[in-house]
Amino acid sequence: MKEYLLGNAAIARGILESGAGLVAGYPGTPSSEIIETLSPLAGQRRMHVEWSVNEKVALEVAIGASWANARSVATMKHVGLNVASDPFMTLAYLGVGAGLVVITADDPYCHSSQNEQDSRRYAQFAGVPCLEPADPQEAKDMTVYAFELSERLNLPVMLRPTTRVSHARSDVETGQLPALAASNAGFTRDPSCRVALPVHVRPLHKRLIAKQETIDKELSSAPWNRLVCRADTGIIASGISGLYAEEALKDLELDYSLLRIGTTPAPSGLLTEMLEHCRRILVVEELEPVLEDQVALLARKVRPDLDLHGKSLVPRAGELDLGLVRNSISALAGLPAREPIVIPEKDILPPRPPALCPGCSHRATYQAMIKAFGKDAVFPSDIGCYTMGVGMGTVETCLCMGASISVATGIRFGGDERPICCTLGDSTFLHSGLTGLLNAAYNGARLTVTILDNSTTAMTGHQPHPGTGRTATGQESCPVSLEDVARALGAGLVETVDPYDLDRAVEVFRKARDFSGLSVVIARQSCVISARRQGVRRQPLQVTDACVGCQVCLNFGCPAIEWTGETASINTLCTGCGVCAMVCPSGSIKEVVR
Amino acid sequence: MRSSDCDIVIAGVGGQGVILISDVIGRAAVKAGLPVRGAETHGMAQRGGSVVNHTRINCRYSPMVAEGGADLLLALEPVEALRHAHFLAPGGTALVNTAPVLPVTVTTGKFAYPPLEKVLSPLQRIGTVRAFNATELAASAGTVQAMNVVMLGALSRYIPITEEAILAALAQVVPEKHLKVNLRAFELGKAEVD
Repeated sequence: MKEYLLGNAAIARGILESGAGLVAGYPGTPSSEIIETLSPLAGQRRMHVEWSVNEKVALEVAIGASWANARSVATMKHVGLNVASDPFMTLAYLGVGAGLVVITADDPYCHSSQNEQDSRRYAQFAGVPCLEPADPQEAKDMTVYAFELSERLNLPVMLRPTTRVSHARSDVETGQLPALAASNAGFTRDPSCRVALPVHVRPLHKRLIAKQETIDKELSSAPWNRLVCRADTGIIASGISGLYAEEALKDLELDYSLLRIGTTPAPSGLLTEMLEHCRRILVVEELEPVLEDQVALLARKVRPDLDLHGKSLVPRAGELDLGLVRNSISALAGLPAREPIVIPEKDILPPRPPALCPGCSHRATYQAMIKAFGKDAVFPSDIGCYTMGVGMGTVETCLCMGASISVATGIRFGGDERPICCTLGDSTFLHSGLTGLLNAAYNGARLTVTILDNSTTAMTGHQPHPGTGRTATGQESCPVSLEDVARALGAGLVETVDPYDLDRAVEVFRKARDFSGLSVVIARQSCVISARRQGVRRQPLQVTDACVGCQVCLNFGCPAIEWTGETASINTLCTGCGVCAMVCPSGSIKEVVR
Repeated sequence: MRSSDCDIVIAGVGGQGVILISDVIGRAAVKAGLPVRGAETHGMAQRGGSVVNHTRINCRYSPMVAEGGADLLLALEPVEALRHAHFLAPGGTALVNTAPVLPVTVTTGKFAYPPLEKVLSPLQRIGTVRAFNATELAASAGTVQAMNVVMLGALSRYIPITEEAILAALAQVVPEKHLKVNLRAFELGKAEVD
């Protein structure tokens, strides 16, 4: 049967068709919908599905399941693999029990990410094969294949979709779901490949190196690598770039040979065939020249006179598209490039950047922080919705998940004597802020840590976390108290405040600023989106005739407040948080009276 | 040589329901037995930002429509039509909702919202423009939330998929209690371009 599926839903379908017993991950665009598709089905498919506290934990949980002989998945965005890289690297030595697939969704162009690193480099680094789907159908089929490959090689297999695959939709032919069988899971004792002692890993490293040849042989029959021999000029393209190249060749009416690659490494046999047929080759791939490097190395042996092009004609930064690939191929063919379409009237376009929602409590917290700490204070921040508050001056650093506290610690001990107030969200704090807080307390850092607690993982689509008392599958669980955790890790002052109560929030931040050690302020108010979904309705506000046009409320930056030319007014987006009324110096903002 | 039967770019603002439109078209195409490709905006950009979806009917290539390649540009908001005008193919059709959603850069007085005729003139130079207030039409159907379905109704007159398949797909994605309002909205959008 054919269904119109999102790439990530297609991957989830492949996981179901493979009869996986465990799926663990941490939310991150563009990967989150894989677990969101699976969590409602976990019970009926007798599968454990969890949001883990971070990617390292997710991979370790998946490894445990694999070693207990249950097929398992760890899923994350590309930068999540940095967090999980420690278990990932050694796992390649130790090997798997049942098939284990590590899904890392890459984000060329950084649509929703802090960098655009290429996960294929990680696969190479660890010595494991990587599968790169071109579309949702391949994403589904490759997932099924990945489990089988993992078991044949006794290695984890990486599946690397990109944004344009994970968030693409297409008609997908689905397969059968396996019958639910009694589990034969159970951990088998074998210290030689489960205990990473030096005496064990030395031979395992040699085994991993020897496996590289087996990987090449296995992949030589993989259906994801397809060669069509035509002229002696050819294109080698990986993943979705293969689709761009195919369409570009059709559009340009060129009869070039085309080798589409879906695996890293590309099989040397097929590459050799291509190199023997072509005297001139363009490698088209997004981001790093992984495939190009492999072709260049092979050409030294097989065809030293090869006229090889790659990153000299194809951009190395950002994502590719049909236009870019068509122009790269045109350059190879000596055809003129197509000029970008310029529309001069676009000069009049007002920018529409993503922004904190109307009524978002983070805006109120930032307002209170500025008032208490002053504009001269240092405000390191972190990764989440609240990073969009950069325009308010309270997001002065953003590096990686959980870094705000440790960066703040470094700024203090680096010698900055000004007040420091760092911010991070509740999910981010539980992901990897805990260790930073412990370290700050241990080393005696004088600073304020603000946990922006909206009781969800908002940016990636409102996933639960240990603070919410609910699991991925909706089971009740013990809600972790952020206050207790902060105290246990060594914070000397811990205060909780509702940021909608602006005056009280300012007071609490002043107390934290004046505290002589490490203080933690928990700014707690539900995400406005979750609150609306839960039926919370507050009385909206309006600007009265008393408005003097001072624009203080406009500078607060809520999308519900507009400038009419002479005075402010409040539009229908107002959620009734009431913070603007507290910001207004002339007392001109009041609740709408019914 | 064409790579698809119909390339559509759908532009709007996060929260307007852009994804629903492409979801309905995609499902309808699958019902009609046609290969179909779509690309969506998720994540950070959705928070009140500019969003764009690409949908390609009877296509086996990538989901991305090339610059100057969209047979149809469906804009749920006027300045978003202009922001994505470079996708419209020469001689293509732009269907534009004329009701603005002011970006925060305008509400805070940093930028001016341009007049409608200035927004539409470059599109008129490239192809045909059908502009109407879909938000008002949705309100008259019962709820402004159905504005995206008004636009879908208008779009249905231009794409190579039967209305029957589109309505069957719409019934799949809209909760049953809202279906009547949405069918009224669909009809109003359709009538607007007939």
